[in-house]
Amino acid sequence: MQVTVTVNGVPETHDVETRTLLVQYLREVRGLTGTNIGCDTTSCGACTVLMDGESVKSCTVLAAQADAHEIITIEGMAAADGTMHPIQQAFQEHHGLQCGYCTPGMVMAAASFLQEHPQPSEAEVREGLEGNLCRCTGYHNIVQAVLAAASPPEAVR
Amino acid sequence: MIPASFEYRRAGSVDEALALLRQDPDGTKLLAGGHSLLPLMKLRLATPGVLVDVGRIGGLSYVRDAGDHVAIGALTRHRDLETSDVARSEVPLLAHVAGQVGDPQVRHRGTIGGSLAHGDPASDLPAAVLALGGTLVVQGPGGTREVPVDGFFLGFLETALGPDEMLTEIRVRKGAAGWGFQKFNRRAQDWAIVGVAAVVGSDPRVALVNMGSTTVRARGVEEALAAGASPADAAARAAEGLDPPSDLNASTEYRQHLVTVLVRRALEGATTGRG
Amino acid sequence: MSATATEGATRVVGTRMLRREDPALLSGEARFVHDLVVPGALHMAVVRSPFAHARVTGVDLGAARAMPGVVAAFSGADLAGEWAAPMPCAWPVTADMQSPAHYPLAVDEACYVGDGVAVVVATSPAAAADAAAVVDVAYEELPAAVDLEAAASDAAAAHLGAPTNRAYTWELDPDPSAVAAAFAGAAVTVSERYVQQRLVPAAMEPRGVCVVPQPFGGEVTVYSATQIPHILRTMLGMTAGVPEERIRVVAPSVGGGFGSKLDVYAEELLCLALARRLRRPVRWTEERTEAAQATIQGRGQIQEIELAATADGRIQAVRARIVADMGAYLQLVTPGVPLLGAFLYHGVYDVPAYSFSCVGVFTNKTPTDAYRGAGRPEATYAIERAVDTLARTLGQDPAEIRRRNFIGADQFPYASVAGLTFDSGNYEGALDVALGLADYSGLREEQGRRRRTGTRMQLGVGLSCYVEMCGLAPSRVLASLNYVAGGWEAATVRMLPTGKVQVVTGSSPHGQGHETSWSMLVADKLGVAPDDVDVLHSDTAISPFGLDTYGSRSLSVGGTAIVMAADRVIEKARLLAAHQLEVAPEDLEYEGGRFSVRGSASRAAELGALAFAAFVAHDLPEGMEPNLEGSATYDPVNFTFPFGTHVAVVEVDTETGRVELSRYVAVDDCGNQVNPLIVDGQVHGGIAQGVAQALWEEAAYDEAGNLLTTSLADYLVPAASELPSFTLGRTVTPSPSNPLGAKGIGEAGTIASTPAVVNAVVDALAHLGVTSMEMPVTPERVWRAVRGAAGQSQVEQSQIEQSQISTTGGGA
Repeated sequence: MQVTVTVNGVPETHDVETRTLLVQYLREVRGLTGTNIGCDTTSCGACTVLMDGESVKSCTVLAAQADAHEIITIEGMAAADGTMHPIQQAFQEHHGLQCGYCTPGMVMAAASFLQEHPQPSEAEVREGLEGNLCRCTGYHNIVQAVLAAASPPEAVR
Repeated sequence: MIPASFEYRRAGSVDEALALLRQDPDGTKLLAGGHSLLPLMKLRLATPGVLVDVGRIGGLSYVRDAGDHVAIGALTRHRDLETSDVARSEVPLLAHVAGQVGDPQVRHRGTIGGSLAHGDPASDLPAAVLALGGTLVVQGPGGTREVPVDGFFLGFLETALGPDEMLTEIRVRKGAAGWGFQKFNRRAQDWAIVGVAAVVGSDPRVALVNMGSTTVRARGVEEALAAGASPADAAARAAEGLDPPSDLNASTEYRQHLVTVLVRRALEGATTGRG
Repeated sequence: MSATATEGATRVVGTRMLRREDPALLSGEARFVHDLVVPGALHMAVVRSPFAHARVTGVDLGAARAMPGVVAAFSGADLAGEWAAPMPCAWPVTADMQSPAHYPLAVDEACYVGDGVAVVVATSPAAAADAAAVVDVAYEELPAAVDLEAAASDAAAAHLGAPTNRAYTWELDPDPSAVAAAFAGAAVTVSERYVQQRLVPAAMEPRGVCVVPQPFGGEVTVYSATQIPHILRTMLGMTAGVPEERIRVVAPSVGGGFGSKLDVYAEELLCLALARRLRRPVRWTEERTEAAQATIQGRGQIQEIELAATADGRIQAVRARIVADMGAYLQLVTPGVPLLGAFLYHGVYDVPAYSFSCVGVFTNKTPTDAYRGAGRPEATYAIERAVDTLARTLGQDPAEIRRRNFIGADQFPYASVAGLTFDSGNYEGALDVALGLADYSGLREEQGRRRRTGTRMQLGVGLSCYVEMCGLAPSRVLASLNYVAGGWEAATVRMLPTGKVQVVTGSSPHGQGHETSWSMLVADKLGVAPDDVDVLHSDTAISPFGLDTYGSRSLSVGGTAIVMAADRVIEKARLLAAHQLEVAPEDLEYEGGRFSVRGSASRAAELGALAFAAFVAHDLPEGMEPNLEGSATYDPVNFTFPFGTHVAVVEVDTETGRVELSRYVAVDDCGNQVNPLIVDGQVHGGIAQGVAQALWEEAAYDEAGNLLTTSLADYLVPAASELPSFTLGRTVTPSPSNPLGAKGIGEAGTIASTPAVVNAVVDALAHLGVTSMEMPVTPERVWRAVRGAAGQSQVEQSQIEQSQISTTGGGA
């Protein structure tokens, strides 16, 4: 079947098998391999992307369901000049990643969360990231990074 | 994990969805948010020949104040229900529970209609709807019928929905004097080991998550409450007549204990207005 | 690298420099194996046994071969000729160890659920999955050895025809009569039994392999999500019968390992064999269910530990008896894992008599192998739980009894009763800092209040004082333990013509930040900016020698090799500078990247200029070869022994059994630190993994040997919502064993945290009569313990309560 999906601002039309998952479409058809696959059960959140601005697990969305929708992946987070998004910067500054495999999904989940909770408490950040698993960081620095990214710009650095 | 192949059809309206369903009711599944169905398909535990995507049908995502009840479109996502002003003021239990389902990503995709139609006794929203009491609006080849929620959940993953029918609206009663919800799990993102949705007032109703093959009411608790029992005394009857499952997270015996604690806490929360 | 200025001679070692690895990982540009685009690659799917133990009586591949997109399908018998040797076990711990031959695909007998029996190769992953689903394998189910103790008594044979399920018995019993005498004369003894449940390592990146024939010369390039590209190359050569020099192994970005990628796996060999046979690239990406079933699992031990103590709580002897679950086969270091703990069952305590033995037992379950900590978490758990029991038995405060038994700071280097030499330490110092950070006395007061009011939320405080041995390892010590490889590490440092520095390391990072840390080491050593130092790794064509990353070895062993190599660069550059400046080499001082003549600082030569001079080679001293490059291989003289104290604070809901980890304090001493930011991160992650063993995780099997926790929905890796933030403290006791003074921190958090948490849970409930708790500490287990203890007589309970309260008052 044919789908037209706008990914990181770029619409493209492709033929895909009906069973193609959004994450497979992004990785294999669009060549955007930043979005990772970590499980089969909608548990780990490694594949999180934004669909119409909200976090979704792209392993549990068919490419067909994303037809005519807008997707933002980790590759779409930096500014055009390559400057990292404040959330990406905060992850580096607070050492919120180690192996980096969960990181794209974690950043996208955080982006959606901060959209919905601009000034969260630590407890809210922890709840808000309940759908994303990380095996390296123990979450301590991820939580610090998200809290920092939520602060007013002058407080981030 | 890759689902087995299937034919994908997109319905533009309820009538179109019903027409597609009619072609092969048993080999066809309706796809809304997909968060109950797609995981099963990826594990190849479900292999429908045809998927009818109803997610784009317009006009089925709403939360409306309809006088004595609140009407919720079947395609209303958990996130929209959680943040709906109408739901928060008129049926706060439902808004609260919608915010407890799965995780944020799941709540951005999953729909109340999909959750109820799936009929999983471990799901939260069926218990909330059962506790509130109400009616499910179902459309099928013979037109529209209304199914009281008390007769909707028939067995494990089995509801009163016929294979050629579609759930279109959920109506829940307004005006509960108080409500409580308790969800006990080991990780926040997980299904409840046991959950309790309780509504108190003139017609107290208590519904339980994961305490049997369907979402069930705690009839003994309700009787006791109606007779004026304290939350603690009423809660002591929470496991009456129930044979909850035994699994990795909890034995039957532990669930029978846990439900009495959680019902008591839900009722205490409801009566003190803390939710 | 904006956070820390690194100009001129500013030293960067010891600063919290931001990681250079991060931008690529944060932007999605990093490439994991699954991300590599290889045109024409075929996709492999493995058909796995659904039975724990079965005879394979037939494999019908006809239907699979007829499926669209299928290129080939093979049974184990079809591929039997591909293997020059069985899959390797590099640690035959005893001369008489049993090790059933383990091939990439089972031929006649499948020995665990997940054991591969056939493969399908197709043009897409979906086609391979569809075809694998129609492979028809005929099985004849056999009795399975599932329960570890039943297997140890040979109730059912894990392997047909094997005389016993026992792989080996290994003993460390330096003075049996001393142990016997200590127990005979003990005023108090403690005898405990603990179960170390099996764990699924669950690195977030599942395994993946992509084998490409002849891409750039040689015969094959193997891209693998592995911790051990160097070891893998050698082992693939030996097992697949491919000359080693024809194999290039590359580990691209690797998404965590924790030991699970420290192995040689069937799928690596299968992709290699199929790529050679089909003359096309063949790749495989593990699904999470496969990761649960067919990647190694960790732990899996039953431990019996006994302490003999004096009436005032001085431990006189420790006796430990372990049954270790090998699983169905011996993987790379499976049998040696218990040995890594064998020397540490006396923990941080000065114990005069010691006895350890371990029986390795085959079961029809997924093979076990090294998982973060490997042997040391098990040992630490046993001694730290047992010491708490001793404290309870004697009515002493758990901090006090530890203090009473510590190896003293003045006893280092400490010759342990088990035969090790602990390098350096100050155990009481770390305990003091930890108790202070945790406000231990305040916690005990709060605990007392809650006990008196009988509130349903009880408070527990758990201590864990640990020492571990890491920095694997002196090669001669490994030899004495029958390990077939060495424990050195190799490095090269070279100056490029433009004055930039290239470091080649045999370490193979997969999240540890080696590129950042190694650049810091070299920047300080050479006096250049870290940004001018590039670090190359994880490709056997670039770094031919290496022993890879595991066992918290990379800094103390690999880092030492790097500074040795850098020293060699400086020494060569010194000769060139002396030649240019016409002075004796010993008259030169090296500082901040320049050699200057002692007492005449204006006469100087910059390292960058020397590099260019060495490159153009126009004017070199007589006999000097062009270019500045130094290589070194460092074989450590000893293990290193990090230590510390962790304090867990839990709140236990006595009605539901729910345990909430409310606070966590970790004071670790890993010697000198290169980058405290990275050290913190290692501690955080280690704590989370150890806490997860205590509270959530278990690879659970049913009686038939089916793994029940095959997904991340069932296997409970905690999320941010389940954990608190951690309070970290540090003491610094440099290791005298290496020039960096470094000890290693990769596993310490995992080693320390598990007993701290379980001790805290038991502590919360001790006044109710609860004395034991199995892992994971599920709500149901807690509820049952509370209910069981409530059955005791009121008198007994009140006695316990009073003794606890008075102890608390006195000890805290």
